[in-house]
Amino acid sequence: MEIKRTGKVEWEISVSGNMRVPVIVYASECLLAGVRRDMTLTQAQNVACLPGILEKAVVMPDGHQGYGFPIGGVAVFDKENGVISPGGVGYDINCGVRLLKTEYDADEVRDKLPALMDGIFQDIPAGVGKGGRARIGRKALEDVCVNGARWAVANGYGKEADLQRTEEYGCFSGADPGCLSSRAVERGIPQLGSLGAGNHFLEIQKVESIFAPDTALAFGIHSPGQVLVMIHCGSRGLGHQVASDYIRAMENEFGFKDLPDRQLIHAPLHSPLGRKYFRAMASAVNFAFANRQMIAHGVRDVFRRIMGKTEGMDQVYDVCHNVAKFEKHRVLDRERTVCIHRKGATRSFGPGRKEIPAVYRDAGQPVLIPGSMGTASYVLSGTREAEERSFGSTAHGAGRVMSRHEARRRFRGEQIKQEMGNRGILLKSAGWKGVAEEASQVYKDVDEVVRVSHEAGIGKLVARLVPLAVMKG
Amino acid sequence: MKAEMRKYRFEDHISDAKFEAFGDTLEQAFESAALALISLMWDRKVVESRIEYGVKVTGRDEKQLLVAFLEEILFLRDAKSFLLSQVDGIRIDRKKSICILRAFFRGQTYSESVPTYGDVKAVTYNEMKIEHNGQFRIQVVVDL
Repeated sequence: MEIKRTGKVEWEISVSGNMRVPVIVYASECLLAGVRRDMTLTQAQNVACLPGILEKAVVMPDGHQGYGFPIGGVAVFDKENGVISPGGVGYDINCGVRLLKTEYDADEVRDKLPALMDGIFQDIPAGVGKGGRARIGRKALEDVCVNGARWAVANGYGKEADLQRTEEYGCFSGADPGCLSSRAVERGIPQLGSLGAGNHFLEIQKVESIFAPDTALAFGIHSPGQVLVMIHCGSRGLGHQVASDYIRAMENEFGFKDLPDRQLIHAPLHSPLGRKYFRAMASAVNFAFANRQMIAHGVRDVFRRIMGKTEGMDQVYDVCHNVAKFEKHRVLDRERTVCIHRKGATRSFGPGRKEIPAVYRDAGQPVLIPGSMGTASYVLSGTREAEERSFGSTAHGAGRVMSRHEARRRFRGEQIKQEMGNRGILLKSAGWKGVAEEASQVYKDVDEVVRVSHEAGIGKLVARLVPLAVMKG
Repeated sequence: MKAEMRKYRFEDHISDAKFEAFGDTLEQAFESAALALISLMWDRKVVESRIEYGVKVTGRDEKQLLVAFLEEILFLRDAKSFLLSQVDGIRIDRKKSICILRAFFRGQTYSESVPTYGDVKAVTYNEMKIEHNGQFRIQVVVDL
């Protein structure tokens, strides 16, 4: 495959074969060498073949091999003639990141970290097979799916201001829980308010350095040492079931013989099935917003118990990184509403966009990029360049470079805990094998990923956060 | 453990888990795939066979059937907190264009005493293979 350099950290694969549009990759030479070793670019070329795709398929700096779409893949589809693909959203619909700030300094919490983590571990269910504590029925679940984080706030989990600082204000419109299968509902009911396992985590972090003081201040981040809490999780079994249900339904309706990859199954946006999937997906998006809202509330409760007060424990922002939605973008030299698929990519809207809450409208949208377990995470701000170059999108994390299997061969969970402990990071996990799989060595260097985002102009560096304590699901 | 290793083996996959599962019959290969799947999530040898679910899934082809079968394990895990320990009496029939699988799942509900590992979110079609060459060989990538 031929890939030509079009900028310092920008590459292009021209149209060939059945591709309708080129592929643009944001990567440094070293990150590009990584994605060339696996199927990432082939998968991006497959995406470029989908009906109704406009302008280009984009791969983010943390791009890596997925199934169907690559992880870190962004594509926009024509509102009239385009398609929607469950594989372009991913199984964990609205997997995302929420960041809470505190007015505590790392020195004030250090002695209390074990108690904080015990409290969090006790109050917030995490791990395989562990359900949530909320006891809700079918009716309440439908309410959750329609109203998202708004449901959670109305039911005593958190505050109104949190909603202002959530993508889509915590409530994605177009949801219809009537489009969920009973299996999706049954998987969702017991899991609301739980973190899950795998790469999902909850971290107590501190600000290590600030790159853009004014923007940081607008986000409530003011000084090195300031303590923050990051939550990374999604729509749990409900979202996974929606993806599986609609992949099957689309296969049965449209067949899959002509697809380069069966996982790329899709439906026309305007077909009854395409619309139905959108409504079900939107329900899962809202489930995930409510889920993170409840977890954040649980964290505040623990801080109140252990630290005494939670004044200033405000939400910085909440972003989703697996989603399809309708957004306005300048595409092929004309402003139009398109259906954007972000699979493992974060929205990165620059100053002025109306989707950004008024408090951040001058600064740009906060972009939250978690690193791997035990490494740094970043706060970036969205940019106008991102709107021009990557349909208002940037990276979402570190991106794996080593398989979980290989990770388990190489690392021992207990040993990782010890090493993190030596660096002053407390680790709690529901299982050791999972810890080994998430060792920081299995991920790309998050520092490099955000550096490329910054250099490409698709996300501007604001602050670097480092972990004090990690709860891994 | 040795016998189990002959039933399935894991291959390297950068972000997710990929395994091959084997059997003399298609049914056996499906059962091996189930064992491979649960080996990612919990230690089945510690799980007691206290509860039984009669399972019936269908598919338009063998691959869709395989996805539905393995997803049933994930569904019961989430909806019923059910941890699968063994699959019994697995039978696959074909009626016109539909494949039907029936089996019994035995296991127990979630308990702190069972060591758990990572999460499996879903079963994908990515790189999926179902081959018959003397022996049945299945290849699956699951989303973690």
